[in-house]
Amino acid sequence: MEIQEYNISENNFEQCIKCTVCTVYCPVVPVNPDYPGPKQAGPDGERLRLKKGIFFDETLKYCLNCKRCEVACPSGVKIADIIQAAKIKYGKKKPKLRDMMLAGTDFMGGIATKMAPVVNTTLKIKPVKQIMDGVLKIDHRRTFPKYASQTFESWFRKNAAQAQEKFDRHVAYFHGCYANYNYPQLGKDLVKVMNALGYGVRLLDGEKCCGVALISNGMIEQATRNARKNISIISDALASCEAVVGTSSSCSFTIRDEYPHLLGVDNGTVRDRVELAVKFIYRLIDSGKANLKFRKDFKARIAYHVPCHMEKLGWGIFSAELVKMIPGVEFTLLDSNCCGIAGTYGFKKENYEVSQAIGKPLFDQIKAIDPDYVACDCETCKWQIEMSTGYKVMNPISILAAALED
Amino acid sequence: MKFDTVIIGGGLSGLVCGLRLQKGGKKCAIVSSGQSAMHFSSGYFDFLDRTPDGKDVSVPLDAVDLLDKEHPYSKIGKARLTAYAEEIKGFFKGCGIILNGNPLRNGYRITPMGNLKRTWLGLDDFQVLETEGYPWKKVLIANIEGFLDFNTAFIAQSLEAKGIECRTSVLKIEETERLRRNPSEMRATNIARVLEHGSVEEKAVKQIGNLLQDEDAVILPAVFGLKKAGMKEAIEKALGREVIFVATMPPSVPGIRTQMRLRSEFEAAGGVFLQGDTACAPLMNGQKVASIGTVNFGDIRLEADSFVLAAGNFFSKGLTATPECIHENVFGLDTDASAARSDWYDTDFFNRQNYISYGVKTDRKFRCMKDGNTLVNLYATGSILGGSNALYEGCGAGTAIFSAFSVADTILSENA
Repeated sequence: MEIQEYNISENNFEQCIKCTVCTVYCPVVPVNPDYPGPKQAGPDGERLRLKKGIFFDETLKYCLNCKRCEVACPSGVKIADIIQAAKIKYGKKKPKLRDMMLAGTDFMGGIATKMAPVVNTTLKIKPVKQIMDGVLKIDHRRTFPKYASQTFESWFRKNAAQAQEKFDRHVAYFHGCYANYNYPQLGKDLVKVMNALGYGVRLLDGEKCCGVALISNGMIEQATRNARKNISIISDALASCEAVVGTSSSCSFTIRDEYPHLLGVDNGTVRDRVELAVKFIYRLIDSGKANLKFRKDFKARIAYHVPCHMEKLGWGIFSAELVKMIPGVEFTLLDSNCCGIAGTYGFKKENYEVSQAIGKPLFDQIKAIDPDYVACDCETCKWQIEMSTGYKVMNPISILAAALED
Repeated sequence: MKFDTVIIGGGLSGLVCGLRLQKGGKKCAIVSSGQSAMHFSSGYFDFLDRTPDGKDVSVPLDAVDLLDKEHPYSKIGKARLTAYAEEIKGFFKGCGIILNGNPLRNGYRITPMGNLKRTWLGLDDFQVLETEGYPWKKVLIANIEGFLDFNTAFIAQSLEAKGIECRTSVLKIEETERLRRNPSEMRATNIARVLEHGSVEEKAVKQIGNLLQDEDAVILPAVFGLKKAGMKEAIEKALGREVIFVATMPPSVPGIRTQMRLRSEFEAAGGVFLQGDTACAPLMNGQKVASIGTVNFGDIRLEADSFVLAAGNFFSKGLTATPECIHENVFGLDTDASAARSDWYDTDFFNRQNYISYGVKTDRKFRCMKDGNTLVNLYATGSILGGSNALYEGCGAGTAIFSAFSVADTILSENA
């Protein structure tokens, strides 16, 4: 009886009763016959792998790490964690140059923003796309997100940092690679909204990429280094800031859950105070501590897509409630579906078809609703939806900023 | 975050309760950790198949008087149960789900072994036989090649023993063939997802047509229609024969379809469904629950005038059995489990197992108790209720639905 009670693994893998409910909700299974499904790839395979590592199956690479299996599991098994951990522990394939380029969002972004006009133009040229496709196996049908010519950080230091110190209360902003290198406007919008709520915004002291793409591309050492550094600077920032807020659901999810579960980096002392800005803002407004004043003439029909990692965080409702709060918004919650991009996964040539097939139900629903634009908390979902439907996608924070009274 | 009612548990009972409240004008949230028992559904709802002393039941309402006073049906009372039974088809129809059968009488269904078993109402596409006999003379029993969770030979054997002429056959579908690479993944829902892709379904139906000779009916595994019901009628129309879907091993295609339908209906009515989150850390205010927390929400609390515990029993983690006791996991409520562990189970696996009947103690309105006191705004519904043995009595779905109706009506009338 003692063995029964205390023999519980971290991933709860022995709680699996083989019911296959996880596989029902896996977005990859119906479109990619090569993927054995989360039950087999996760707890079933783990039983064999625990005996001998040779039972590791390379098809685990088809897992998107969307965590939908974990959200569905009736027994609390951390299926996707088991799969990711197995890839880390047993995977022998070294990341290719392409994978390093896609995953090195920090490094590539740092170079690209310095030469943004050249890079942006070059990445659009057909022969360049063909070479990337042929040599690097980055699908030519993908459009790369544009790089900004000035990073958010340098904009912030020049134009905003000083004014932020006038506020009594502060949050630190984990902007992530996307807001920094590709779309600084998102960061600017966050500053605008937080200021309207009476909060000043600060940068972290030397933020590193959260590592979500490094983890999925097998670059674990670098991901772990980034994680350690981030937790240390987050911890420092929390001495004077109420929270560390983000605008990317995958960044926040990675820092909160993947650091301890996959990288073994303890975040216990800071985890509760690392969250998405939408949750922080919702709490302020719901508890009556702050208020936002919106324009009276704002009108928009908005369809909200909950990204997979947002679904796992369970915070989609905060974004939804904030957007619904804006007078003049006609709101639709889209069905719970994966868009198919899963970060860098969909950019890889070998995954393109699968990626688009996974996203099809979502694309079809968006087209049927025909909104003014789509709301979404994840940048890679945004690229995928914009590329696949033609509809514009905006982060809920940017929508709030656009609707604020001047 | 403020609601009128917060429901813990997003299975059949929680969703039915939430739908009735939401449609009655209340703002509800459902906290659901993991998917529910509907994923293991036979395609049928049972009301009451057998009395606690083992007598078969044909008219469930007539047997209600024979039940213990702590049985959930006794608490609802025969008059209200009768009204609910008469209302149930309309309620589900309002949610886009057709229920087949007579809500006042038990009928029969075909089991995966080909036997007839007492049941009450069939979900969309699942018919209920009125009498204990097979209405066909000659049937074709067809399976998808390589699908191990549906055994045509078992069914044929049982039917032949009753004098029905049977022929078994397999459908060879290129698209489902790839599922066979990994036999443990060739499950009902995976097949259903492949069938729903493009024109695969059409191809399958055409093949069944080619296999048919002069049979009056065709028996198929329940692998059709994960997203939408109506496949029985569609195939019947295409083939001009009666079609009978028989449950497979889980996951259940009809159960999942029904669950998804109820959830979208709940959300369309304005309800909030928190999937994959777990209720915790209740805050009490005297004999009232003031708020609950959730694992994902952290310090943001769910406040409500009333709370409903529809968390399911052991499997769904509403209850946990330790070597010493059986306890309820969110509030630490009083349960009706025997103090002696030896009373919990019978060493003969097939006998009635008492632990299945254990659950939380409630008053006549299904309000829960803690340390002997009634909590005035916390109700329980469904399988977490003590007093009935769903497996032995065949009353799981009826208890889930009717206790949900009853609690929703109490909340609606008390806070009107």
